[in-house]
Amino acid sequence: MASKSWLNFLTFLCGSAIGFLLCSQLFSILLGEQGDIQPNVLHNDPHARHSDDNGQNHLEGEMNFNADSSQHKDENTDIAENLYQKVKILCWVMTGPQNLEKKAKHVKATWAQRCNKVLFMSSEENKDFPAVGLKTKEGRDQLYWKTIKAFQYVHEHYLEDADWFLKADDDTYVILDNLRWLLSKYDPEEPIYFGRRFKPYVKQGYMSGGAGYVLSKEALKRFVDAFKTDKCTHSSSIEDLALGRCMEIINVEAGDSRDTTGKETFHPFVPEHHLIKGYLPRTFWYWNYNYYPPVEGPGCCSDLAVSFHYVDSTTMYELEYLVYHLRPYGYLYRYQPTLPEDILKEISQANKKEDTKVKLGNP
Amino acid sequence: LGSISWVLITMFGQIHIRHRGQTEDHEHHHLRPANRNDFLNTSKVILVELSKSIRVFCIIFGESEDKSYWAVLKETWTKHCDKAELYNTKNDNLFNIESNDRWVQMRTTYKYVFEKYGDNYNWFFLALPTTFAVIENLKYLLFTRDASQPFYLGHTVVSGDLEYVTVEGGIVLSTESMKRLNRLLNNSETCADQSVIWKLSEDKQLAICLKYAGVHAENAEDYEGRDVFNTKPIAQLIEEALSNNPQQVVEGCCSDLAVTFNGLTPQKMEVMMYGLYRLRAFGHYFNDTLVFLPPVGSEND
Repeated sequence: MASKSWLNFLTFLCGSAIGFLLCSQLFSILLGEQGDIQPNVLHNDPHARHSDDNGQNHLEGEMNFNADSSQHKDENTDIAENLYQKVKILCWVMTGPQNLEKKAKHVKATWAQRCNKVLFMSSEENKDFPAVGLKTKEGRDQLYWKTIKAFQYVHEHYLEDADWFLKADDDTYVILDNLRWLLSKYDPEEPIYFGRRFKPYVKQGYMSGGAGYVLSKEALKRFVDAFKTDKCTHSSSIEDLALGRCMEIINVEAGDSRDTTGKETFHPFVPEHHLIKGYLPRTFWYWNYNYYPPVEGPGCCSDLAVSFHYVDSTTMYELEYLVYHLRPYGYLYRYQPTLPEDILKEISQANKKEDTKVKLGNP
Repeated sequence: LGSISWVLITMFGQIHIRHRGQTEDHEHHHLRPANRNDFLNTSKVILVELSKSIRVFCIIFGESEDKSYWAVLKETWTKHCDKAELYNTKNDNLFNIESNDRWVQMRTTYKYVFEKYGDNYNWFFLALPTTFAVIENLKYLLFTRDASQPFYLGHTVVSGDLEYVTVEGGIVLSTESMKRLNRLLNNSETCADQSVIWKLSEDKQLAICLKYAGVHAENAEDYEGRDVFNTKPIAQLIEEALSNNPQQVVEGCCSDLAVTFNGLTPQKMEVMMYGLYRLRAFGHYFNDTLVFLPPVGSEND
């Protein structure tokens, strides 16, 4: 009868609906969660600012790798601690109200803790984070203005608290211990600044903004003074280039930040982009911008790298883990860098420990 | 209707087994590294000899005839093994495995390796081509263990009453375990396929076989009880830890002396080489008990 077959049909539909639902559940369990890998978008323009992250993994929460110090009870950090006192670095991180929780938070949870002093520079003040309010607007064209105001703020409030003044972005990862090693050979009273050196437009070169750059105390003084006396212009949309031009005008030297084997220490990209041959296409701006001959593959990057850029939140923690935690037990590293003679003498006198730890210990 | 309900019942059965496999049983066996203080008074010469005495043979358990990943593996972490070989279904002049069954492939491989190399190495480490291993940390984990005892280590999972080492995290067998395994494999009946309606994975089959020989799985951990064999890549472990606790500050995802991570692409392997064997913070020193030299003639470590 018609109604009976309709009933059967309805039951069949229900059964298959339930079956379908269960099937899809099963498949999702079987296949597991597919990690969402967002490829890093590389702009073919060195001064393209970071596109506002739409839908990129917004990492909630924070990870503290130092929570269990017991893994480090065999670690000797005397030299690192000595350098912390000898080479004082103030870090300021360029960020904005939208990025405090998305990006700056992870900087604060990782490398920023190793600065002698750290400031987060935003257009608006945020007392809780805390972030300094520069009273500017946000946006790509405001970057140089923010930079000038940030350095002026630092000069006004913290000039005597540090020897060197680092600018970084909220997607830059900086290894402060290695920066201190680099700077230990130089005198902060000299007018000099370091970063990833680019060659176009400025005769002595200029430093990439994203890879971070660090000014000596004298360089900072001259930079702030240059705006009072109008030696440098206030308006520009290209922060790092404008700063580089100004540095040249005020006779601040663009330093060579490469290590003793000639490998770069400041990096405009994450390690993968530099280490994998062919990752950056030959038409990419990078190959023509680099001041020194650019290298891809293992020679790209110093063992004592100072910075990487375009680092997303997960990679912040991954770098923190790789640099400060994961290690090959007992491994005798190939590159054995030392400190300048005079600092070594000071340290060994100060510590009164056997010299063997400094010479033989696995750095 | 009857067939639909049969399908439903089978699917429920699958889900049930899968969930049971994921619950942790507190009757785990655990293995942790030796205490450093035992060695404080040992001379440097003896320590170097001690480091050399741990000989690890690495078996890369290939998943298809495609050998393209072997080029990267050869140039990265397997350089730190005392010897490393890739075994696939087609092994050129060595041996061929006439089967698509992973357990058959695995036991043929173990048999071959034991017969050819059993005398020259004391530890046998099997890994998938997507695994990255830190051999120095593996040797540190093993160096006070007697390879003439039956050790079977890695990242363990409990499934019912079977505790087994997952192949994704890497499988470590001592010489004694290899001996016993091969004795059983020569009596082909004991470790034959336990196939019922659905096949057991090869790592479970290995565990069942080893159990007959009195060899039991142990979960390898560091001093704090953290797993050192990981079945996932670092980024995923970080993201999972953070997404499980979004309102908190969690502690670090992974051990300082981790041995394996799995799920790496060839590019990520290169990045790991740099991140592990080169990139570090100046001014941090360790007074380690063992000494391992960098491999000759390479530049990425």
